[in-house]
Amino acid sequence: MQEVNKRNIRTWSMLGQRGTICGVALPEIMADNSRCYVLTADLGHTSGLDRVIEQYPNRFINVGIAEQSLIGTAAGIAFDDNVAVVTTFATFLTMRCFEQIRHNLGYQRANVKLLGAMSGFSIGMFGNTHYAYEDIALMRVIPNMIVISPADATEAYKAIYAAIEFDGPVYIRLSDGVNSQMVYESDYEFKIGKSVYLLRGNNATIIACGGMVAECIKSAQILEEKGIHISVINMHSIKPLDEEILKSISDEEIIFTVEEHSIIGGLGSAVAEYYSSFEHSPRHIRIGVYDKFVAPGEQQYIKKVNRLDSVGIAERVFEVVSGDR
Amino acid sequence: MDITSIKELAKRMRLLSLTMAYKAGKNGAHLGGGLSLIEIMAVLYGGVLNINPETPINPERDIVLMGKGHGVLAYYTALYEAGFISKEDIDSFEKEGSLFIGHPVKDISKGIEYSSGSLGMALSVGVGMAISAKNRKSHRKIYVIMGDGECQEGSSWEACFLAAKYQLDNLVIFVDNNRIQSDGFSKDICGYDNLEEKFAAFGCEVKSINGHSVEALLNALEYHNYNKPNVIIANTIKGKGVSFMENNYKWHHSVLNKSQYETALAEVRSTYAGG
Repeated sequence: MQEVNKRNIRTWSMLGQRGTICGVALPEIMADNSRCYVLTADLGHTSGLDRVIEQYPNRFINVGIAEQSLIGTAAGIAFDDNVAVVTTFATFLTMRCFEQIRHNLGYQRANVKLLGAMSGFSIGMFGNTHYAYEDIALMRVIPNMIVISPADATEAYKAIYAAIEFDGPVYIRLSDGVNSQMVYESDYEFKIGKSVYLLRGNNATIIACGGMVAECIKSAQILEEKGIHISVINMHSIKPLDEEILKSISDEEIIFTVEEHSIIGGLGSAVAEYYSSFEHSPRHIRIGVYDKFVAPGEQQYIKKVNRLDSVGIAERVFEVVSGDR
Repeated sequence: MDITSIKELAKRMRLLSLTMAYKAGKNGAHLGGGLSLIEIMAVLYGGVLNINPETPINPERDIVLMGKGHGVLAYYTALYEAGFISKEDIDSFEKEGSLFIGHPVKDISKGIEYSSGSLGMALSVGVGMAISAKNRKSHRKIYVIMGDGECQEGSSWEACFLAAKYQLDNLVIFVDNNRIQSDGFSKDICGYDNLEEKFAAFGCEVKSINGHSVEALLNALEYHNYNKPNVIIANTIKGKGVSFMENNYKWHHSVLNKSQYETALAEVRSTYAGG
C-alpha cells in the first residue's frame, strides 16, 4: 500500500476512483497476494485494468458480456480459497445478476469484492440504461454484504485495501470520472463502518456519501456566507452504518442526508431506519433522486437539474433551516 | 470399480429415498427428479470421487456441485452411504431447524460443497472452481449435477462459453435428462429435445448415455477429452423405479401416502435392481 501523501492524492484524483482502484491498487494487491483474481464482463480496458491484464493474465478473467457468469465464476474462484475482485458498470453488476450476488456472496459469503463502476450519473450521455441510483438499495438489503461509497479517489484507494482485508463480500460504489473532486488532502484513518466528520457547525448536519460529500462541503461554504453553519459527515459505509455517530447527533433539530441515489433504499433510508425506533429524533430531510428516471446529461448537469449540486443542496438546506419549508 | 456393489448401493439409496419422502409427510418431497438421479450419484459416491469424510477440507478433494438442488433424495442418501452424514441427519429430513431440508445447505464437513435450490447457479461456480484448480495445478475434478429443465436458465449457457474458452477438462457436467419438469414434458414447455447438440455447439465434449446404467455411467467417466469441458447427458426416467411415478410430472414434488409408500417399496425391492 502506498503512502497517502499530497502527490499521490493529486494523482489519484486525476485518475478518479475507478482508475485508482483498477489501475493502481489492484496491481499492487495482486503483486502481494497470489490468490487475488480480478474478473470483468468485457470492461477490462474501460475499467482501467490494463496493468492487471498485462501483468497477471492467469488471474484476470474476462467472462464476456455475461454478468450472471461473472458473479458465479468469481464465487467459484473465491470458494477455492481465493479473493475475487469483480468490476463492471454498477447498473449491470447490481441488477442483472442480483440473485447470483444474493445466493453466492450473501447467502454463502463468497469472498468477492464488487466494484460498481460508473455509478450514479457518472456515465453521463450513456443515459438511464447505464445510470445506477438503485445500487445501494439493492446491495444493502442482502445479508452479510458490506456497502461502501467512497467520497473521492483517495478514499476509494483506502476502501479497496480495507475490503481485501475483510473476509466476506463487499460492494464498493464508484461514482466519479477522471479529474475528480478531492475531499481529502492528507492522510486519515479509514475504517469500514466508521464515518468521518469533515466540518462542524451548529445549525444542521449533513450526512453524505460518494461524490455528494465534495458537493456538500461546497454547500457548507455557500451557507457560511449566509450565516448558517453546518456539519458535514462523510458516511462512506452505508452498511454497516455508523450508528454511534447517528446516536451522538440524535438530539439535533435537523439533519439532511445527501446521496447520488434514489431517496428510496439508500443512505437516507438507512439513516431513517436507524432513527425509526427513537422516541425523539431529528427532523430528517432526504436529498437524492426523487423516485424517477432523470433527464440524461453529463453528471454535473444532472446534479444541477436535480438540485444535487452544491448550489442546489445549499438552497434546500437554507430553505429548511431558515424555516421556509 | 465393483459394478454389482454400485447397483446394490443404488437400490439402497432408492429405498431410503422413499422412506425419507414418506416420513416428510405433508411437506412432500421432490421424488421424480430424486429417483431419476440415483444411479448418477451412486456411481460418483460409490467409488469415482476422490473424497473422504475424515478429511472433508482436503484441497485436492473432488467437488460435487448440485445444480438441481431439488435432487436431495439422491444427494443425501449418497452422502449417507459415503459416510458424510449420519442416520440422525437423514431422519431430520425436512424437519424444522434441520440442515437437511428440501434444498442443500452448504456444510463442507457434511460433504455439501454448495447451497443450491435456485436453478442455474452452480455451473458458473463450477467453472470458477475449475479455473482456480487448473491455475494451482490441482488434479481435482469438479462435477456439476444439472437437470435438463435447469438448462433453460440462460446462466447455464453463459457458463458454457467460459468453460469452453478455458478448456476445462477438469469439469464434468452431468445432465439428469429425465425430460420432465414441474409443469410437464420439457419439449412441450420449451420446445427442445436436443441438449447434446446445444452443449456441443458451445464447445463441450458431449456423451449421451443411459443414465440408469451403472456400466454406461462408468464408461462415460473413463474417457476424457483433454481440452474441453465434459458433458454427460444421462438419459433418465423421472420417478425411476416406481411404476406410478415414472414419467409422471405430478410426481415432480408430491406427498407419498402410506399405501403408495408400501407399493413403491415393494416395487423397488422386488423388481428394480438397477442397470
